[in-house]
Amino acid sequence: MKDQQHQPRDLDGNPVTPGLPMAMLAEVTHRCPLACPYCSNPVDLVRAAKEISADDWGRVFRQAADLGVLQVHISGGEPGARKDLAQIVGHARDAGLYVNLITSGIGITRDRLIELDRAGVDHVQLSLQGIRPDMADRISGHPGSWDKKMAFSDWVTEIGFPLTINAVVHRQNMDRLPDMVDLAERLGARRIEVATVQFHGWADRNRGALMPTREQAEFARQVVNAARIRLRGRMVIDYVPADHHAIYPKACMGGWGSTGLNVGPDGTVLPCHAAQTIDWMRFENVQDRSLSDIWHLSDSFNAFRGTAWMPEPCRGCDRKSVDFGGCRCQAMALAGDARATDPVCSKSPLHAGVVARAEEDAAATTTEFIYRRMSKGG
Amino acid sequence: MTALIGPDDIPYLPRGVRLQGDRVRGIRVLQAPERALQLDQIGEAILSELDGARSLDRIVRDLAARYNAPVEQIGGDVRDFLTGLIERRMVFLKDAA
Repeated sequence: MKDQQHQPRDLDGNPVTPGLPMAMLAEVTHRCPLACPYCSNPVDLVRAAKEISADDWGRVFRQAADLGVLQVHISGGEPGARKDLAQIVGHARDAGLYVNLITSGIGITRDRLIELDRAGVDHVQLSLQGIRPDMADRISGHPGSWDKKMAFSDWVTEIGFPLTINAVVHRQNMDRLPDMVDLAERLGARRIEVATVQFHGWADRNRGALMPTREQAEFARQVVNAARIRLRGRMVIDYVPADHHAIYPKACMGGWGSTGLNVGPDGTVLPCHAAQTIDWMRFENVQDRSLSDIWHLSDSFNAFRGTAWMPEPCRGCDRKSVDFGGCRCQAMALAGDARATDPVCSKSPLHAGVVARAEEDAAATTTEFIYRRMSKGG
Repeated sequence: MTALIGPDDIPYLPRGVRLQGDRVRGIRVLQAPERALQLDQIGEAILSELDGARSLDRIVRDLAARYNAPVEQIGGDVRDFLTGLIERRMVFLKDAA
């Protein structure tokens, strides 16, 4: 193919060298019985009629494995909302991928979970929204969610899947983090992911209800550090801190287009799940082009590869290969410019304003949520 | 810090953790929940020994014999490597029957 002779270039035309991806997030649907106000799905959700088929996913998984992907995270929305989920999982295993199922636990019965075991799910990640029924049901906007999740967790244990608990933390539940860690231990989890809400999309609409205080962020850090020592060899704790309170930004995706990619319900391929918030960027689809071409040659994946595109203060910063200038989507949201230094970085000229706004949001007294919903019609 | 593995412990790869070839990069990897570790030859040699039957002590002696190396040196390498994986919950232990 003559396309392959093209030199990949970043958005300024500097030559870049794509590496190989290790992991792929497969958001097989945006449908979900929950309505969490910090959902990482885009605000503009993809409808069921636009979802690509299980066989399409099979083709994508084979292309992904050929490209170097080792693991697929099958997520959503709630992946269990797809009746053909077991078929999708089977295709992923047939392609040689390690299959992580990322689920709310709602809508997958015991029989279906057994079917998913036979299809080849390697590992289950279960999200929890709180440590008690009242909080979990209110945050997820789904009455009865807690009881269903606890039943699901029992089935995971019964079947023998390795279990990760995913706990998204924010102002309204962060004080209960020690209880959440205990709960994960009680449920027999090998890992818990404690992830502070990232303020994109839906969460950005709920900043006043979700933004943690500086004291809470510090408390969470101490809880995690103490629990890591106490639980050494028994449970792993992965922690995504509150970056609005950090000195340096997170190394988002380990660098744009470097190790991971995301395929959405309709086959759109994104360098990260929030990339569509960069409104001028155009993304390609597995229905039109191979995953390999999209990874190596598309403008979207090449835009922010390498470091030559960086403006100051990133360009002259010795951390530019550590955190890659932070998160492009956060730069878009907070600076109005996707190539700017992530404004949560203390070296960004916008940093003081970001901190002031985060503190203002954290001091807000509202607890009301704007829940994630599909828009009517369309 | 207390030792996570003793000579009589039998290390094994639990469900959800497996050795696999990476045909694109031409190496072996350890696949685990949401992690894929790229292995060098030493790591691969150690993990290939985990059969769920032999103790750490036996594995070290077998490796020392095969590679004609001192038991103390091999023992240290194997213990350090496995301790790192036990901390990450990628290797489990059982007691000798």
